[in-house]
Amino acid sequence: MVNVTINHREISVPEGTTIMEAAASIHIQIPKLCYLKDVNEISACRICVVEVEGQSRLVTSCNNVVEEGMVIYTNSPRVRRNRRHTIEMLLSQHNMECPMCVRSGNCSLQSIANDLNVVGSFYKQELVLQEWDMHFPLIREANKCIKCMRCIQICDKVQGMNVWDVSGTGSRTTVGVSGCRDITSADCTLCGQCVTHCPTGALRERDDTTSFYRALEREDTVVVAQIAPAVRAAWGESLGLSREEAAVGKIADALRRMGVDYVFDTSFSADLTIMEEAHEFVEKFTKGELEEDTMFTSCCPGWVSFMKTQYPQMTGCLSTAKSPQQMFGAVMKSAFAKKLGIEPERIYAVSIMPCLAKKAEREMTLFYEEFAGHDVDCVLTTRELDRMLKADYIDPHTLEDVEFDRPFGESSGAGVIFGATGGVMEAALRSAYFMVTGENPPADAFKEIRGVKQKGWTEAEFDIAGKKVSIAVVSGLKNTRMLMEAIRKKKVHYHFVEVMACPGGCSGGGGQPIHDGYELAGERGENLYFLDKNAKIRFSHENPDIRTLYQEYMGEPGGKRAHQLLHTEHRI
Amino acid sequence: MSRLELQTPNHAQLVVEGLYKDLERRIESSPPGLCPVDISRAFLELCHAQSCGKCVPCRVGLGQLKNLLTDVLDGKADIRTLTAIRETAQSIMESADCAIGYEAANMVYKGAVGFKEDYLEHIMYHRCLSTLNQPVPCVFRCPARVDIPGYIALVREGRYEDAIRLIRKDNPFPTTCGFICEHPCEDLCRRNMIDDAVNIRGLKRMASDAAGYVAPPECAPSTGRQVAVVGGGPSGLSAAYYLQLMGHQVTVYEMLPELGGMLRYGIPNYRLPKERLDQDIQAILDTGVKVEFGKDIGKDISLAELKEQYDAVLISIGASTDKKMGLEGEDADGVISAVQFLRNVALGQEERLDGQEVAVIGGGNVSMDAVRTAVRLGAKKVSILYRRRVADMTALPDEIQGAEAEGVEIRTLMAPSRVEKNEEGKVEGIWVTPQMISVIRNGRPSVRPSGEEDVLIPCQTLIVAIGQDIEYQHFEESGVPVQRGRISVEKFGGFEEMPGVFAGGDCASGPSTVISAVAAGKVIAANIDEYLGYHHEIRSDVEIPEPILEDKQPCGRVNMTEREAGERICDFEGVENCMTTAEACQEASRCLRCDHFGYGIFKGGRDIKW
Repeated sequence: MVNVTINHREISVPEGTTIMEAAASIHIQIPKLCYLKDVNEISACRICVVEVEGQSRLVTSCNNVVEEGMVIYTNSPRVRRNRRHTIEMLLSQHNMECPMCVRSGNCSLQSIANDLNVVGSFYKQELVLQEWDMHFPLIREANKCIKCMRCIQICDKVQGMNVWDVSGTGSRTTVGVSGCRDITSADCTLCGQCVTHCPTGALRERDDTTSFYRALEREDTVVVAQIAPAVRAAWGESLGLSREEAAVGKIADALRRMGVDYVFDTSFSADLTIMEEAHEFVEKFTKGELEEDTMFTSCCPGWVSFMKTQYPQMTGCLSTAKSPQQMFGAVMKSAFAKKLGIEPERIYAVSIMPCLAKKAEREMTLFYEEFAGHDVDCVLTTRELDRMLKADYIDPHTLEDVEFDRPFGESSGAGVIFGATGGVMEAALRSAYFMVTGENPPADAFKEIRGVKQKGWTEAEFDIAGKKVSIAVVSGLKNTRMLMEAIRKKKVHYHFVEVMACPGGCSGGGGQPIHDGYELAGERGENLYFLDKNAKIRFSHENPDIRTLYQEYMGEPGGKRAHQLLHTEHRI
Repeated sequence: MSRLELQTPNHAQLVVEGLYKDLERRIESSPPGLCPVDISRAFLELCHAQSCGKCVPCRVGLGQLKNLLTDVLDGKADIRTLTAIRETAQSIMESADCAIGYEAANMVYKGAVGFKEDYLEHIMYHRCLSTLNQPVPCVFRCPARVDIPGYIALVREGRYEDAIRLIRKDNPFPTTCGFICEHPCEDLCRRNMIDDAVNIRGLKRMASDAAGYVAPPECAPSTGRQVAVVGGGPSGLSAAYYLQLMGHQVTVYEMLPELGGMLRYGIPNYRLPKERLDQDIQAILDTGVKVEFGKDIGKDISLAELKEQYDAVLISIGASTDKKMGLEGEDADGVISAVQFLRNVALGQEERLDGQEVAVIGGGNVSMDAVRTAVRLGAKKVSILYRRRVADMTALPDEIQGAEAEGVEIRTLMAPSRVEKNEEGKVEGIWVTPQMISVIRNGRPSVRPSGEEDVLIPCQTLIVAIGQDIEYQHFEESGVPVQRGRISVEKFGGFEEMPGVFAGGDCASGPSTVISAVAAGKVIAANIDEYLGYHHEIRSDVEIPEPILEDKQPCGRVNMTEREAGERICDFEGVENCMTTAEACQEASRCLRCDHFGYGIFKGGRDIKW
């Protein structure tokens, strides 16, 4: 233990404790901007400086550890003066159009400036030229960037994609796309982790709410919405709802109040995905095709894009099943359009997703006898959903937990856990087991693959009808690359592998609400597993609406029509 | 009212003069990788502030030039801006009244031509080509990328053996470099911004002196692959060391009776005591490297045979033959090349020079080695003859001072014209043509004859130190590409047309420093490993101390002391004294730990493996 004095209080903390952590242990808060534990400890913003007795210069508290006998002041006159100057310097290069910023109210720079009572500054505003392709789903606003470098570090250390890098030198140092590339040619997977780890509004999703509102205005258009599994675990966070209060039916209520005609649950099409993907897996597995090759899940567009750019030669190993989002879009524009007796073009399909990559995925075209546009017309993130609720002044506490629309109203717990790492695999195994043996396994038979793994991947082996099925589950693209290298070099072999680009899966997706300094993927994932545990249906193949869809329209899993509508060739 | 007054600077002037000194040191240690356009703009701003304000081109033009450069950097320029910059600079160069104006514009002009690509990248794509890959200045400047802040921190804690282990991750010659490294690492040392560069070489010497022999790490499991290294100098031995650690079996072919190459046969014992060189070589041999002595490639065994017998071959034969001056009488008895002279001394074959007058031609480090060796062999008078000035000599200033202290005469502006010999063919002296310094060409002042009569400098031994050549004939005949007298190798150390054959060190780079040779060995070891189909990693498990939070008060640099000149010229023992423990500790504490503070904590602060 090390004895230190912080603001005249003597404490004892373990060796290796940072000054910031030591102060926090006695409820002394030190403001910080660039610091992100284990990822970005570079003391760049200098907001967290403190005074250490005997030192003529101030010391950053985030990355310096306490030493025996240290006497620390977190609010001395020098600290106060320096901290204020630093924040004013940052503000001098910040586009302070806060009322027009998506992060207003959830911006670390804004809240520290407010906390420090900054009401004016002597420094001149210095803004730079803003250049960005505003059609790209990921947007960087140069004049909101505080050069904390977190985006670079997340992309390098957690995702291993190295899309961002320091650009320019000296006073003109900023963040740019690495290697003097354009963002559209930087192999960005649109995982959005840089967005959820940005302390300000410098990185954000492209706002597509206007397209959605326009669709609501058109009288001849039927607006159909789907809500992804992981959205239900997070949407209430920024609206002041507890996890218990934030039932998914309330989102359906909110969307109907906005004017959406039909609201469905993507968990339904997740069940549909399982029918196709598990069928594909069982077929390949029983034919022995997976003794050499591996089959990879295909529901995460960040991962699919990673595969296409990083391991193009292995794209053929992806399941041909479309993602639940795309399947639902295809069902809406085929079976559902038929049911309504309207042309598919009159349907406007919007999806609420925890994801930025889905905004790019929707651009894939739908071929249904002839070209029928896109499966999905608009993708909105959880954050955009929350903003729309606010814009319509819908009091979240008045929302009711209503049912989804028929005929695709039912979904299983297996479809719900799609939103967490391991969930797709678990759901697929539950149904694959049934397809092989003709009977259900215990619903929680595969639960050992649950949970967020920081480094590496989870592997398991299960016995299905006397045959060993080896599987792996991985999330986060740096982990994914490690796994891919191991597979490529034949150090490991698995029959079936689930990949999700974001650490912890969709619950930690790039489109989810942002809480600076907190990683909530695990907590949100547990919420999804809780919903699964309490669901009345636990198996995708037992979803009665799925059965009806196959009986009335799709035919058999893997059949001709299913292939036409629910599968893709993953063209590059 | 006095008729004249003595000028004394006022307080403000004194402060500004201090600031100029600060700025000088700051510019000297300018960090690597900065945007050249931005630096041009910054220099221009300083130049503009220096303007007296009398003349339009300087008073107004430099400011407008700065505006144009700023537009380029702000992304507000187009291709016409670059033309405007060039033309405006040219106008100021041609029309300003004094150097404050025309030289400022010249700096901009040089940049607009010299780093046009950087301008164009800013103009066309609004982005910058500059990046900081290795932001720690000392590591950046070290060709072998030794973890300098790491070992300095270890020396500070008295962990000398760990310091040696850490250095060996990138350089298997810690002791040798502690004595004779040219220490490019010190050039950009950020400590310069406070007072003076850290004495990095001195600290390495301290680590080596205090640690004694340190065993090398364990080798990786044997791969069964065989590598031949031709030439046991610093580059060959460095490659051999790392390849052996990677699990390959290396055999070094050495023509001379002992290993070390120029370190043993070129550098005099008083600079690098041979028993200290042996300390490095022993550790290298202890990894299991085999040596074949007395084998001359091309005579005893051919390159083709080596290629047959080994999975890879490294040519690291150094540059060990002399250059000829092409002077009349050069063939006289008593005329010897410095390389041969120093080698003879190292082999114990050179006779004493008692009572002789010795002249040495050349102004490089080898020349200094030759004169100081001649002094130790008892010569009555030793002179250096050099065609330019002392300031133009390529030898390290310390070496020149050392020679002067030992009584060597330095005769500058003397160009050799012919050798005077007696009837027996023995050298009697050298005729030199007096020169005067002249205009600067290619960044170096040229000389021309002053018009005075030639002078005869009497000497009984004439040592020629005007450079070294490479014995490449056998290799050229075997198909190895040779250009301008050097083995012409790709950046990875090999040849596109000859897979499995590599070359590095002086034979590829031309005569260079020991640390460059070590770096070449390191690079080639990595590429031979890859060539053999492996990816062994060289790393060090030494834990590096966390930086200490402390005030960095300005503090003088500890310089090395030397033995008294009058005493040291009587023997060949080491000249330089090591630091004391207290001095080393203080010197190490001057290190600013750029691996942790500044950009180093973000990117590139430490390469833990290669």
